[in-house]
Amino acid sequence: MRNTTNAEKLSKARIDTAQRSAKETASNGVVIDCNIDELYYSTFKAVRDTSIPVKKNRITAFIGPSGCGKSTVLRCLNRMNDLVRGFRFKGHVHFRGKDIYHPSVDATAVRRFIGMVFQQPNPFAMSIYNNVAFGLRLNSYKGPVAEKVEDALKRSALWDEVKDKLQKSGLSLSGGQQQRLCIARAIATEPEVLLMDEPCSALDPIATRRIEELMVELKTRYTIAIVTHNLQQAQRVADNTGFLYVDTSDGGRCGYLVEFGESGQIFNDPREQYTKDYIRGEFS
Amino acid sequence: MNTQDAAINPRITPGPPDPVGPEVNPFADVDFCELERSLRRPRTLVDLLLSNLVSAMTMLALIPLFSVVLMLLWRGGQRLSLDVFTQLPPAPMEQGGGFGNAILGTLIMVALAALISIPLGILSAVYLAQSRPESPFAGAVRFGAKILTGFPSILAGVFAYGVLVLTFGGYSAIAGGVALSILMLPTIILTAEDAIRMVPAKMRDAAIGMGATPTQTTWMVLLPTAMPGILTGIMLAIARAAGETAPLLFTALFSNYWLFRGGFDLKQPTASLAVLIYNFAGMPFDNQVDLAWVAALVLVLLVLVTNLIGQAFSRRQIHE
Amino acid sequence: MSDINQISRPPTHSQQVVDTAFRWLCCGFACLSVLMVALIMLEIAKDAVPAIRQYGPGFLAGTTWDPNTGQFGILPEIWGTLYTSFLALLIGTSFGVAAAIFLSEGFLAQAVFQILKAFGLQFHPVLGKLPDRAEVLLKNLIELLAAIPSVVYGLWGLFVIIPLIRPACNWLNLKLGWIPLFGTTLTGPGVLPAVIVLAIMILPTITAISRNALVSVPPKLRMAAYGMGATRWETILAVILPTAARGIAGAVILAFGRALGETMALAMLVGNANRISVSLFSPANTLAALLANNFPEAAKKDVGVLMYAALVLLAITLFVNIIGSIILQKASAGQEGGK
Repeated sequence: MRNTTNAEKLSKARIDTAQRSAKETASNGVVIDCNIDELYYSTFKAVRDTSIPVKKNRITAFIGPSGCGKSTVLRCLNRMNDLVRGFRFKGHVHFRGKDIYHPSVDATAVRRFIGMVFQQPNPFAMSIYNNVAFGLRLNSYKGPVAEKVEDALKRSALWDEVKDKLQKSGLSLSGGQQQRLCIARAIATEPEVLLMDEPCSALDPIATRRIEELMVELKTRYTIAIVTHNLQQAQRVADNTGFLYVDTSDGGRCGYLVEFGESGQIFNDPREQYTKDYIRGEFS
Repeated sequence: MNTQDAAINPRITPGPPDPVGPEVNPFADVDFCELERSLRRPRTLVDLLLSNLVSAMTMLALIPLFSVVLMLLWRGGQRLSLDVFTQLPPAPMEQGGGFGNAILGTLIMVALAALISIPLGILSAVYLAQSRPESPFAGAVRFGAKILTGFPSILAGVFAYGVLVLTFGGYSAIAGGVALSILMLPTIILTAEDAIRMVPAKMRDAAIGMGATPTQTTWMVLLPTAMPGILTGIMLAIARAAGETAPLLFTALFSNYWLFRGGFDLKQPTASLAVLIYNFAGMPFDNQVDLAWVAALVLVLLVLVTNLIGQAFSRRQIHE
Repeated sequence: MSDINQISRPPTHSQQVVDTAFRWLCCGFACLSVLMVALIMLEIAKDAVPAIRQYGPGFLAGTTWDPNTGQFGILPEIWGTLYTSFLALLIGTSFGVAAAIFLSEGFLAQAVFQILKAFGLQFHPVLGKLPDRAEVLLKNLIELLAAIPSVVYGLWGLFVIIPLIRPACNWLNLKLGWIPLFGTTLTGPGVLPAVIVLAIMILPTITAISRNALVSVPPKLRMAAYGMGATRWETILAVILPTAARGIAGAVILAFGRALGETMALAMLVGNANRISVSLFSPANTLAALLANNFPEAAKKDVGVLMYAALVLLAITLFVNIIGSIILQKASAGQEGGK
């Protein structure tokens, strides 16, 4: 009984996907279209003139020196900045053609479709299994939870390491494993987009490598936007790259987008002088 | 011991006239024999005396604790038997007896108080922990709770007397429970707020980042993670309430009979261990006084066990 | 947006309703909690109004309490409350602060370490932890003093303290009876046993809060003093205690509030005598003990008078508690600023 319904659901999902991709080719495959004219924290102007299209099944990387506002821009994409008091911005962020900052839009709804992986691994103080099942429960998912959990853990390349200790606390894992657990948690609900805010900055090189491989595998099913200040990482994994830089001309520290394009072009043949200097390592 | 201090610290010994003077050798008048520790020097002697004084006073402060515990074991332990848990309080001049109804009454009234104060306290704490720490309303709630912690317990009894006993015309277990709940409330609010605030912010962000509503975040992440700390607070509050006498004196009063005599009815005077101790301690009968000591032993054990359970929970708390 | 896939979906309508309702519920409960103090005051004040009308401020200065003639005054109780609390505070503070210093300055850990060192065991895997363990144990023991119910202290005072101190008290009265403090004999319950037990009961409060204040003195200040060659006690007296002074003051005032409102130990030990005396051995009465003794068998017409007395107690303790809380709040704010 359940199998048939699932099969039906799956086939329906495929049809949905097909329809969707048709719709998306029309808009050039852009899932999130982000256009920030000015962004403030209280009276402090943090970002200006940044417009980045996040394309479907691509990895879009934001690079730039620290303090250039790349995390701020990323957090705009699923309204995590709403939690910061005094946050406001001019511009728009469109998710599949819909303005997510429109007053009628529920921020929590947005975040269910645009998942997030944070800089610090942040598993909940519950079992590994419950960590992954968390999102399913959040969405009151009625289907087979255990299968979904296993699937998510497999796709995040953690299954083999934890399959015998699913009831152990998520906090008992190593840093790299915790981060993969967080990725599993984020993808278990199959969000449309995965935002990753420097996901490897707290990890050692080997764990970093694994996460990078994972991202490349995941992009076949998800759209990924990643903030990193590791240039090699962006070069290795990203399809598109946006370079942000800090403008200190009017006394503040205001980030803005210098250049956006295919990663190959940005890293091998940057158009702007700032980009050239940054990639050559003349400033950091 | 450092000799320079004698030269530099003018409060202790007058130093050389001007330490920054150009040609003065600061060590010219220092006799390096002074480096040796000697009790003949007043500062060393004072140091030693004060250290010993403070140690002695601390030990002295602990004597009452040991004395109370020993007396409880000695005088209470003698009469401790199964009878005291199952029998009713004896009449004057009567031998034997126990205080089964008082134990039951204490448990029921504390449970009643917990039933009122736990939801009230935890939800208030949820509100407090999620509002900004500096917001005036949160500050007011916190200040109110702090004032309530230092509140004379007898006034909680006076309040319950005025609201319940006078209005409904009788002493009751309910009035006792309400009075105790007022005493439990501030402890629960303050410890639960602390526990919820101690949940690492990154866990909260993770839940919000997945699109959890504030209520889902609270129930699925904040409360489960903060649970050990919250339970600690609840246990401390229960321990305090169980030992309270003053608020029960004229809300639940006392009773020589079982609470469920003639049907389970919470609207009648109810015995409690604490009031029993108070009543029996003042009686001129040895049997009653002995029973007061046994009741005190049972009460202290009850309170201590609750406290220990609470501390066991607090060790499992997750910190940032 | 719900057509995207099968798992992620926006919060359902019921989730949103629950969310809003829950948030309002929390807010409402928080309001109720903060109103609790006000509610208690209002209730007591409301019931006290008839008595206030009838007896007015003269109630505070009257010295007789006689339900038969309808004469009521609580001056002896006010005096007894303040007198016993003040004396208990003197004893409790000196011992409590001493214990706080002892616990925060590592005296015990050091002593245990020295003992272990004498046996060459200071780095033993199990025994090496003993110094820190001993300190935690001692701290817990002091906190245990607070866990014992006050009625048990009352019982203990009645059967241990009073027989213990009576010979000494009566000897003092015999030899030094001309000093007002020792002006009467101790026949049974009286001020001194009540004060001793009260002091024991407030000691853990003072120790716990003072220790917090002492521990949170920035280590750099301590290092600065030691670095200048100050001895341990010069450091404690000249640097650490002054820095922690506000926290200790807050602790003392909160403990004073506790002492003022403490009921059971006093009702059992102070003697319930309606008189004003400075003698340590004379029986007296306090507001809380008056309430505890008279409420259970109060006639309906006397309830108002008792409510009036409760209101006076409320006013005194509230005043003291608010002052204490404010001092503590300022103290912790000041310390955070200093870091």
